[in-house]
Amino acid sequence: MPTADVGNAPEDTRADAEERETGGRISTAPREDPAVDIPVLGPVGWARWFWRQLTSMRVALILLFLLSLAAVPGSLIPQNGADAFAVRDFRERNGTLAEVYDRLQLFDVYSSVWFSAIYILLFVSLIGCILPRSRQFAGQLRSRPPQAPRRLTRMPAHTTWRTEAEPERVLRAARTLLRGRRFRISPAEEHGGPDGPGGPGSGDSVAAEKGYLREAGNLVFHISLIVMLLAFAAGQLWNSEGGKLVVEGDGFSNTLVHYDDFTSGSLYDTGDLDVFGFTLEEFHASFERTGPQRGTARTFRADVSYWEGADGPEEKTSIEVNHPLKVGDSKVFLVGHGYAPVVTVTDGQGRMAYRGPVPFLPQESLGLTSTGVIKVTDYRDKDGEKEQLGFQGIFTPTYGIDAERGPHSTFPELDYPVLSLNAFHGDLGVDAGLPQNVYQLDTDKMEQFEAEDGDLFRADLRPGESVELPEGAGTLTFDRVEQWASFQISQEPGEGWALGGAVAAVLGLAGSLFVRRRRVWVRARRGADGVTVVEMAGLGRSESARLPEELGELAFALQDDAPPAAERDGAEPAPGRDAGGSTGGTAEDVPAATEDAGPSSRGENE
Amino acid sequence: MNPVDIAVAANEGLAEFSNLLIKSAMAVYALAFVAHIVEWVFGSRSKVARTAAALTADGSGKPAGARSTAAGKGADRVSVTVRTSGGGTEVLERPAVVTRSAPGRRAGVPDGPGAHGGDERGDLYGRIAVSLTVLAFLLHFGAVLTRALSVQRAPWGNMYEFSTAFSMVAVGAYLAFLVAKRDIRWIGLPLVTTVLLDLGLAIVVFYTESDQLVPALDSYWMWIHVSLAIVCGALFYLGAVSTLLYLFRDRHEAKLEAGGRPGALATSVLERLPSSASLDGFAYRINAAVFPFWTFTIIAGAIWAENAWGRYWGWDPKETWSFITWVGYAAYLHARATVGWKGRRAAYLALIAFLCFLFNYYGVNVFFDGLHSYGGV
Ligand code: HEM
Repeated sequence: MPTADVGNAPEDTRADAEERETGGRISTAPREDPAVDIPVLGPVGWARWFWRQLTSMRVALILLFLLSLAAVPGSLIPQNGADAFAVRDFRERNGTLAEVYDRLQLFDVYSSVWFSAIYILLFVSLIGCILPRSRQFAGQLRSRPPQAPRRLTRMPAHTTWRTEAEPERVLRAARTLLRGRRFRISPAEEHGGPDGPGGPGSGDSVAAEKGYLREAGNLVFHISLIVMLLAFAAGQLWNSEGGKLVVEGDGFSNTLVHYDDFTSGSLYDTGDLDVFGFTLEEFHASFERTGPQRGTARTFRADVSYWEGADGPEEKTSIEVNHPLKVGDSKVFLVGHGYAPVVTVTDGQGRMAYRGPVPFLPQESLGLTSTGVIKVTDYRDKDGEKEQLGFQGIFTPTYGIDAERGPHSTFPELDYPVLSLNAFHGDLGVDAGLPQNVYQLDTDKMEQFEAEDGDLFRADLRPGESVELPEGAGTLTFDRVEQWASFQISQEPGEGWALGGAVAAVLGLAGSLFVRRRRVWVRARRGADGVTVVEMAGLGRSESARLPEELGELAFALQDDAPPAAERDGAEPAPGRDAGGSTGGTAEDVPAATEDAGPSSRGENE
Repeated sequence: MNPVDIAVAANEGLAEFSNLLIKSAMAVYALAFVAHIVEWVFGSRSKVARTAAALTADGSGKPAGARSTAAGKGADRVSVTVRTSGGGTEVLERPAVVTRSAPGRRAGVPDGPGAHGGDERGDLYGRIAVSLTVLAFLLHFGAVLTRALSVQRAPWGNMYEFSTAFSMVAVGAYLAFLVAKRDIRWIGLPLVTTVLLDLGLAIVVFYTESDQLVPALDSYWMWIHVSLAIVCGALFYLGAVSTLLYLFRDRHEAKLEAGGRPGALATSVLERLPSSASLDGFAYRINAAVFPFWTFTIIAGAIWAENAWGRYWGWDPKETWSFITWVGYAAYLHARATVGWKGRRAAYLALIAFLCFLFNYYGVNVFFDGLHSYGGV
């Protein structure tokens, strides 16, 4: 390159910047003011200043960073929304810390004031950013690519050659070529747009631009983020979600009282519950019997009959793990399954005190070893005294025992079911009015039965077997085993919008990141010696390796209509009036080190 | 023997064969590691100081190469013979394209020659290392494939499988770049090193007998979601290595630019890497290209969660950390477009984002117990 360029760096850079600006803005990204200007006093001034700050890229960046930072504690500290039990556990173990956490809303991070503040600010910033950008982009779409800057050699990629073809013919060919490559072209008649450098000679060039989809994609992406946020917010405010465990043969109807647990968004009205119900006819689970996958669940299927409306017709269907049942706005998901031993307890008087399936909860998935408790509240001992019985049990679908784990189940299906029980009598504490966990036995006020030999009483039963409780306290019969399935019933509005927004976001993002927006100019002028000098230059939104490549190909294609003239020794092409010190390199000027420098100018967006 | 038993035996045989293949792959990766080391050692004999030359050539303090020129592919003044319709031939010349870097960048710094430093024997060992890596990759691939066959499902149901698949994809991507004639052999040594660590960790810490998959994982979304997560992670990893090297190389260049004299080792090693601008550009292109896929990965996960658990987003630890990673990379992309945040600061953001990805994968599986905890550890 001419060494003349090297010395006067500062002016040079400024000239560069100017030149690139005259090339026109090729993005709608806001320009940053490097200096933070002190606001003019007065509320309006402050407001304007604040708004400018909020909608600047810098603040958007900081807010994004804060958002990811703020999401962290929610993954470290148990959250009410995700696992209320864990929160209660935590409270019990660290009382004072829990108070501090409460004050900081750390058990509800994602609905906390501070988390909300960050994302609301971010989205205000986003809207404040999108509006002007959309307006600007719409303007760009209506206008034509700006005329060629005066000195094409200052563009990031540039090439030139001499040809015998007439300039008009070269330009015509260039126009056809670029249009053929789906560039948007400046109109032929126009001689220097209002914002182009204008002046005489602007008519000797063609300006073309391509890759508007990039900007469009970027805007679509950011707008979809807003759509997704709104959909998500709507989902949070109006959602409802509840769980229900149903034993085979039992039913569920979708009213609040029938739920085992229920949570809903703050604007949800339980009157909005869809009216429907279902009966669990049968539950099927099958497991891999052999091989390394032994014990793996192969299918879970709940056959149900359901009805919609108060007395709609019954229909049969099945609910599987990845296939919920959709009724109205609600979806019924299959979330768990297990066994419910059916037991009959007779009391000391020989009267039936309890009969029914008792759901046991699986403790592990390989063999479905399950635990559960049986509470018998309506019981009289052999003397006719009112008392209560409680049984703590382990249910093993396929019984096995080893030294390490003790009794456990070796397979999840009912190959050799055994119910093992400890028995207590006394006060279950259920009358105290406090809500009690049906899967836990509070043995504080209970006493464990002892067998005749003085050991603690314990029974291992196979289906159909009974056991006498010690001291004539009654009998317990293990009749058979039923299965249960647990369901989650949820209503989440805005799902479709969230999905639509997500798809649009991905498409927009792909456009934004994979499309390159670039401009190409072609100028053809008759040189001093009568030979036409063709100059081509390219400008990308950022440096890109493909820009020079593409320019080279375009130039090569253009040479069909503008074949290079035979070199005459010493004939330096003279591209117009700004020839001289800043003339860009002709081919001969390209130093041998070209290859080395290549990657450093390889740019960003591809 | 009944057919079921034969099938079982075959599956167990396959699983064992897979383990054998992983160990063989590790052995070959270890050889590739040694070959890379030899390449770097031979390369250290060459006296490359082109960076310094480029940054300090003329006394004015102005980088000499600021007017960098480069020819795009095929843009050299090469003669191209074109058959014309008339049947004759015509010789066309491709015009050379002159490029200029944006002002303000440390332009004109040439890329280093690569680990071999121009030394022929070094280059030979580098090639050997790549050949060995190809062989190891094939073994690795075979291991993942046989594992998949033995468990009859996608081979990424637990951390062992995820780890092996993850490093396989990283190596595959690296080799694909080489096939595409991108000279990224400089990443070979760090890559092979970490692949060895990853596989070692996988077989020592995470190893699980080919085990079961809970039915919630049994969905075609698993194929989409998890395989994409693996691919994204592997590519983000290449980006992160490049970013890290960029930070070193950038400091080196900055020091030279300021007239400092970096230590001999730093000079020897860093001079052979690509220029900071190249490293940064490579990292950016990877991260930017992967970001939409990562976004889609998360969306696929949400759709799957909706089907399996009845809510598409529940701030489960895994979801939370995916979100954090996503926002981290979004912040990085924004930083690249924000004045004053380009360069090192953006690079730090990229590294943080990648650490979040890693944590999401290792940390969350090990420390938390959410719905995603199928870690099998
Ligand atoms: C909600 C959080 C946001 C996310 C996740 C996000 C994400 C992204 C991503 C991934 C890109 C990269 C696309 C590209 O490089 O072309 C991008 C670009 C961009 N974002 Fe955002 N963004 C968010 C908020 C904002 C806000 C609040 C603003 C405005 C203040 C903004 C302005 C921009 C601009 C101008 C670009 C284009 C930069 C360029 O053309 O190089 N974004 N955004």
